[in-house]
Amino acid sequence: MESCHQTRNPFSDTETAAVGVTIEHLSKNFGALVVLKDVSLSVEPGEIFVLMGPSGSGKSVLLKHIVGLELPTSGQVLVGGLDAAAPETRARIRMALVFQAGALFNSLSVYDNLALYPREHRIANEAGIREKVMRALQILSLENTAAKFPSELSGGMRKRVAIARALVQEPQLMLYDEPTSELDPVMSATISEIIATLKDEYHVTSFVVTHDRDLALNIGGRVGILMGGQLVMVAKPAALHNPEDPIIADFLNPKIDLKNPRFKQLET
Amino acid sequence: MKQLIAILEGIGNAVKLLVRAACFAPTLPRQLPRFMEQCYLIGYTTLPIVAILSFFIGGVLALQAGYSMESFGAKEFIGSLVGLSMARELGPLMVAILLAGRVGSAITAELASMKVYQEVDALVTMNIAPERILVLPRLAAVLVMMPVLAIIANLVGWFGGAIVAHSVDFIALEPEKYFETLRRYTKFEDVANGLIKAETFGFVVVLVCCSIGLRTRGGPREIGASVTKAVVVSLILILVLDYFLTKALL
Repeated sequence: MESCHQTRNPFSDTETAAVGVTIEHLSKNFGALVVLKDVSLSVEPGEIFVLMGPSGSGKSVLLKHIVGLELPTSGQVLVGGLDAAAPETRARIRMALVFQAGALFNSLSVYDNLALYPREHRIANEAGIREKVMRALQILSLENTAAKFPSELSGGMRKRVAIARALVQEPQLMLYDEPTSELDPVMSATISEIIATLKDEYHVTSFVVTHDRDLALNIGGRVGILMGGQLVMVAKPAALHNPEDPIIADFLNPKIDLKNPRFKQLET
Repeated sequence: MKQLIAILEGIGNAVKLLVRAACFAPTLPRQLPRFMEQCYLIGYTTLPIVAILSFFIGGVLALQAGYSMESFGAKEFIGSLVGLSMARELGPLMVAILLAGRVGSAITAELASMKVYQEVDALVTMNIAPERILVLPRLAAVLVMMPVLAIIANLVGWFGGAIVAHSVDFIALEPEKYFETLRRYTKFEDVANGLIKAETFGFVVVLVCCSIGLRTRGGPREIGASVTKAVVVSLILILVLDYFLTKALL
């Protein structure tokens, strides 16, 4: 296997196989509401796949299917060839999801947030865990936050702590849900750089759900566009500059039209 | 019909949660710090209010009994009445009601906010079962602390009754006589029956509160609604179970 298909462990010199994701005819309904319609795509091991789409198009629901938090109405999701809906898959493949709001444990300090996974899975002794946690914090430039609680952190720091917590899990697959939302442009760029660095240095397969066009264009290996629960386009980032479909073009490069604003078009 | 389905669904979810938590029972020794923390929250922090209420309930029982029994010269039996009432019924019942209001509501609020703010989802993605670290230590702690709280409630209630019976003028019963009848008529089985009740009530309250908390969806408003629901359901279950347990243990 090529070295780019091996996930390098950030805490040791060992390597494990990077995993790919295959989504086959995935549909999801919540009662009468159809959220995903026959979505099929595949993410190669070691790739950064960026999924974009308007709010409410089903991006986060798709992400939850990959990590097994939602079960498909029909179709299936395979992670490293294993059914993502099966609880055993989480035991066999190390996946980490960076939630949009961080989902940090508010009652635990930053250090304990990061140490929870290795402690519960008895991956190392307390000294080993300390080393691992401090290394993850160092990678994300967060060494000074170890003793702080999530409520004491800024939005950008919370996102970085969430990434650090995911990193401690030594993931073969990293999933990011809106990693740059609610952040200023510099912090957004920083988060994009972190995602790209994790891919370049540790060859982690990354699946990023975002609205951030800059992130998609700069670090995405391929970009998918999800609209109304359907995957309408999968292409290299370069193709996003001039998409042929006018709806996709308007989504990616919306023009502010003060003479004929969109909200007034909606009213009529 | 809808309500019946909701009730059955609630029972089913609670049973499923209990089975899942029970599967992780062998991991309890590794969770000693979490177990101790829950013992502290359920036992130690509830103790002052249990003591205050038990004292006054024992006192009121003695007062009412003294008022009624004094007229036909049976006031020396106040001790037996307070002893049996506290041990068989009021001690466990009051501790369970306090547990539902004080600890149960806090458990539901904590788990519901963890669910709403995706902390529970984060645990699942880390392959850490929420039942193992959030439910099991609480269930184990309540099993250990409920008998302790119920025994303390009984003792404080008995002493409250003795103090009131001695200090109120129209009763003026000597503590020796009070405790003599209390000892004579309150048997070990009465105390044991009360402890069985307390154990059952406490276990059901914590299970229900965990189950409702972990099924919360939505936002802050739903967290509040879950807390209210958990306390109401717990209180109803305590009283319904009390009837059936009393009947079974008589």
